[in-house]
Amino acid sequence: MSEAGEKQQKTKTTIHLIRRAKVTRLYAWLIRLAAAFLGLLVCGIVIYGITGENPIDVFGGIFLGTFGSSRRLWVTVRETVTLLVIAVGLIPAFKMRFWNLGAEGQILVGGAVTAAVMIYLGPLLQDWLLWILAFVGAMIAGAVWGFIPAYFKAKFGTNESLFTLMMNYVAMQIVTFCVVLWENPKGSNHVGVINQGTKEGWLPSILGQEYLIDVILAAAVTAFVFWYLGRTKQGYELSVVGGSTNTARYAGISVGRVIVRTVVISGAICGLAGCMIVAGASHTISTSTGGGRGFTAIIVAWMSQFNPWAMALVSGFLCFMQQGSVQIASSYGLNENASDIITGILLFFLIGCEFFVRYRLEVTKVPIEEEGENR
Amino acid sequence: MNVIVMFIQQAIVQAITMLFGATGEIITEKSGNLNLGVPGIMYIGGISGLMGAFFYEKGSPSPSVAVGVFVSLLCCLAASALAGLLFTFLTVTLRANQNVVGLALTTFGTGFGNFFGGSISKLAGGVGQITVKTTASGFQARIPGLSNIPVIGTVLFGYGFLSYTAILLAIVCTYILKRTRVGLQLTAVGEDPATADAAGINVGRYKYAATVLGSMMAGLGGLYFIMEYLGGTWGNNGFGDRGWLAVALVILALWTPTHAIWGSILFGALYILYIYIPGLSRAAQELFRMAPYVVTIIVLVATSKRNRPEDQPPKSLGLSYFREDR
Amino acid sequence: MNETAAIELKNVSKRFGSIQANDHVSLTLRKGEILSILGENGSGKTTLMNMLSGIYFPDEGEIFVNGKEVTIRSPKDSHALGIGMIHQHFKLIPILTAAQNIILGLPGPQRLDMKKIDANINALTKKYGFEMDPEQRIYDMSVSQKQTVEIVKVLYRGADILILDEPTAVLTPQETERLFDVLRNMKSAGKSIIIITHKLNEVMEISDRVAVLRKGKYIATVDTKDTDEMKLTEMMVGEKISLDIDRIPPVDPEKRIDVQHLTVRNHEGVYALQDVSFTANSGEILGVAGISGSGQKELLESIAGLQRIESGKIYYTPKDGKTVALDTMRARQIYALNIHLSFVPEDRLGMGLVGTMDITDNMMLRSYKNGNGPLTDRKAPRELAERVVDKLEVNTPGITTPIRNLSGGNVQKVLVGREIASSPAVLMMAYPVRGLDINSSFLIYHLLGEQKKRGCCVICVGEDLDVLLQLCDRILVLSEGTVAGVVDARTTTKETLGAMMTSGKHVQEGRKADV
Repeated sequence: MSEAGEKQQKTKTTIHLIRRAKVTRLYAWLIRLAAAFLGLLVCGIVIYGITGENPIDVFGGIFLGTFGSSRRLWVTVRETVTLLVIAVGLIPAFKMRFWNLGAEGQILVGGAVTAAVMIYLGPLLQDWLLWILAFVGAMIAGAVWGFIPAYFKAKFGTNESLFTLMMNYVAMQIVTFCVVLWENPKGSNHVGVINQGTKEGWLPSILGQEYLIDVILAAAVTAFVFWYLGRTKQGYELSVVGGSTNTARYAGISVGRVIVRTVVISGAICGLAGCMIVAGASHTISTSTGGGRGFTAIIVAWMSQFNPWAMALVSGFLCFMQQGSVQIASSYGLNENASDIITGILLFFLIGCEFFVRYRLEVTKVPIEEEGENR
Repeated sequence: MNVIVMFIQQAIVQAITMLFGATGEIITEKSGNLNLGVPGIMYIGGISGLMGAFFYEKGSPSPSVAVGVFVSLLCCLAASALAGLLFTFLTVTLRANQNVVGLALTTFGTGFGNFFGGSISKLAGGVGQITVKTTASGFQARIPGLSNIPVIGTVLFGYGFLSYTAILLAIVCTYILKRTRVGLQLTAVGEDPATADAAGINVGRYKYAATVLGSMMAGLGGLYFIMEYLGGTWGNNGFGDRGWLAVALVILALWTPTHAIWGSILFGALYILYIYIPGLSRAAQELFRMAPYVVTIIVLVATSKRNRPEDQPPKSLGLSYFREDR
Repeated sequence: MNETAAIELKNVSKRFGSIQANDHVSLTLRKGEILSILGENGSGKTTLMNMLSGIYFPDEGEIFVNGKEVTIRSPKDSHALGIGMIHQHFKLIPILTAAQNIILGLPGPQRLDMKKIDANINALTKKYGFEMDPEQRIYDMSVSQKQTVEIVKVLYRGADILILDEPTAVLTPQETERLFDVLRNMKSAGKSIIIITHKLNEVMEISDRVAVLRKGKYIATVDTKDTDEMKLTEMMVGEKISLDIDRIPPVDPEKRIDVQHLTVRNHEGVYALQDVSFTANSGEILGVAGISGSGQKELLESIAGLQRIESGKIYYTPKDGKTVALDTMRARQIYALNIHLSFVPEDRLGMGLVGTMDITDNMMLRSYKNGNGPLTDRKAPRELAERVVDKLEVNTPGITTPIRNLSGGNVQKVLVGREIASSPAVLMMAYPVRGLDINSSFLIYHLLGEQKKRGCCVICVGEDLDVLLQLCDRILVLSEGTVAGVVDARTTTKETLGAMMTSGKHVQEGRKADV
């Protein structure tokens, strides 16, 4: 990159990358805003290319798709907070520099346990007991899914990103297995809505709002995680391990134990998200219960750089676009996968723009004698 | 006897998509880039090839097989190369995190494939399922004569030309990695880019080339699946988890493409084993399909425990390299 | 001997910020000779050679190679002039074979004919008397084998002028002998060789002439046959410089740390410490002198519970308390026993601090476990951070600035401030003033003096002999992982210290590399 104009005689033009010493928050957000705008522009062009419709109208459609009715708005909110919970769950692991790519699997096993509780215990127990069992069970399942790769990472240094990735598909097969086990009606290969008539184990409506409970849970989980990271001794330990394992040992921290403990917590929260999806939203289980949110959340968590407000904002933006694209897709008779294309394009712009937040490009002509010093 | 022959043949049919993906990903990872966009790139390559063939067949009054095959190959390779280029631009030039870009690329690619696969016929003004029978017949063509030999014909010659391409590609890539200067330098880049840089190797160029070529191979895997396996039609989410299996296969193959040949057949066999085991309930069948991933995890743990340096992932895998950070 | 110069440096200078690494150095390497460049740590030897290998570019001065003035901008330019440098840190890729590493980056036919390449390499190694299997992988090699690969790599690229940066630092005596044989063979084949070292016996043994550097300045070049170790030591350490460090007599010294027969191997399997015994007392400063890499790091880390100990004992006796053995304990366990043992390690950001955290959070590293309950208390660390910033004059925008944005000296002040704050019973410091300016250095000396007055047992690893002699009460001299002696700092001379550090004789039997 820095040797654009090599092999010239006296001077050469170089593009220097200069790491910005201090980035003002305003400037960083302006860049991100510009990137989002450019991304939307490209999306507009793509939409125009496909549908031939005026992109402004289409964006209007997206807007309506998200905010058009109270019901749609609440669905968007539900999707946003679910994504937020998963992203927040990933934060402890990421702060420790542990690449947990296994959120999808952790969601699935959490969801499967929740479905099991609803199916087997639904007729037997009180709702409040069902909720507690579902929460605890889902968290334990997610925790186990985190524990396995973390243990091997701590013990043998096994590559955690590949390991957690594989765990997703083991979880997926377990869910497929459960689907066959619980399919309703028989032979349909679908679980169908669990306890449709009785609503046993369904998360309750609060103040008449079906999804308010999701918002409350998400707020609680987010508050907990940031309290845990910022205020507790364990949170401090995991930041030290993420900063430097040598320093952690120097300070008397048991690195292996911290790795396992942190990823267990991370997995438990993702498991809880699975419970929220199954008991609170879809009331069914399938391999698409995760819906790729385990992966999208990784991007959300990484882009927000441990800032809870940024995380909520990014989650909201992505869900807004997704819900909106689903809406326009149906109104223009396209299939709903359009939303993934739109999301993808926006992500590329948002990911790419971080470079311009961190670096400054400087084009200079340097006399060639100076070059040796740049080494 | 017949069942076993059938089983082997079917396992190989399943294997080819993964083999393409794994060979491409090995080349990519050897340069230090962990491209988790492989599943997405398979979708992109598959749908692009399908669309190319579709529009050619639709536009031509009497489409020829050869032109159809050529057009679809060209579209597939161009589109997947672009996807690889996007990945490399973001991770190498703009220094974004590889995991994040890879996952975004998979989201995008899956959506891209499913979207166009689902709506292309509508967009083109037609109705119903799209098929490109003419082109697909080119991909599915067997070697005449040889493929009729009993047993051997089925097991060895019962495939289209892309299958042989995949195996040949794996062998050629292994040769390049182990026996040529380019391969040596690529390995050096993936192991220790700073040392490679000091030895005068252009690290950025190697990373770009390896990742783009790797993506093109993954794209071919998608095309194989659409054209030969599905016979020139689109099945929504049809790839299933084959993209991730390809990533898993890289670990099983210990970063050697020829090992991926056996590995992919093993994965293919495990993938369809449940069909051939009598008396399995449908639920138990699903548990069986977990096998490839469990095997991969075991291999991953075993290699990290045994700690033989040649079997480890490339040292700089997943890390960006910036010269001024030295 | 051909009298024309292979390399001639004229008035070469290089500054790094406020530090003058090389100050108008002029020296000559004759064709076909072995020239030693001798100097203490920080005398500018490596910087000077890095200007020949293209890593640094001189601020002023001229370089002549084979009589022609040249500009060396990059390692490539250096290669093209036939200069090859063998660094202390090898640039080799472990999973590749020796031969693959040697040809890395070289042009040639695509198809690698390893048989032919191996044959070429074998011819080269045979010519100079190396022992090397081109097909062996680097990770299977001992340090000396890796060094051989580096040398062969340079020769394979056609270098006529070889620069070796402290090549014997990592070698056993037998390996050193073998290296010297090879160097002599290369010399008789007409190669010109520079060897950077601070081991006097080796200088006397291998070199034709010796150039001495001291604190960045060129002192003189002498013919080896006309000099002896005593004269060289004088040239190397120079006149005694008075530093005006306030030194009081030891305060009620009593035994705190008692190290007995400590033996430690590094991860290469080479002995880093062997049979080291000494005591450190409260109310005094024990200096540790030695050439870098003589086991100082391992010694301090062993006491701190961060090093795997092969054998030996480390006892700690608190004031009015029962003696405990530290050698079996990890840092965590030592901490849990409430033993106030402070440690300022050499690698400040890699071990003592977390670069991404701010000053307050770094202050917490030692104290975060205090108090009951799961919560951390940030109030006390914040106050401490403010106190340290204020008292040690840390130059920072604020206590919420990430440590990695501070300069090296300020990072050190933060670290020292934290380690002193816990009123330690034992304070260990590795190179306390490295990278610090004069004022900051004196601030640190003063702090060490205060700790001593308080009754703390201070162990200080240093590289500047003038400082050690005027700051410490006693000095433990390490030489190649063994104790060369413990001397009284008030009566010892620099020359004695220098000679003890570089002796390295009585350990020759002990150090063996079993890999």
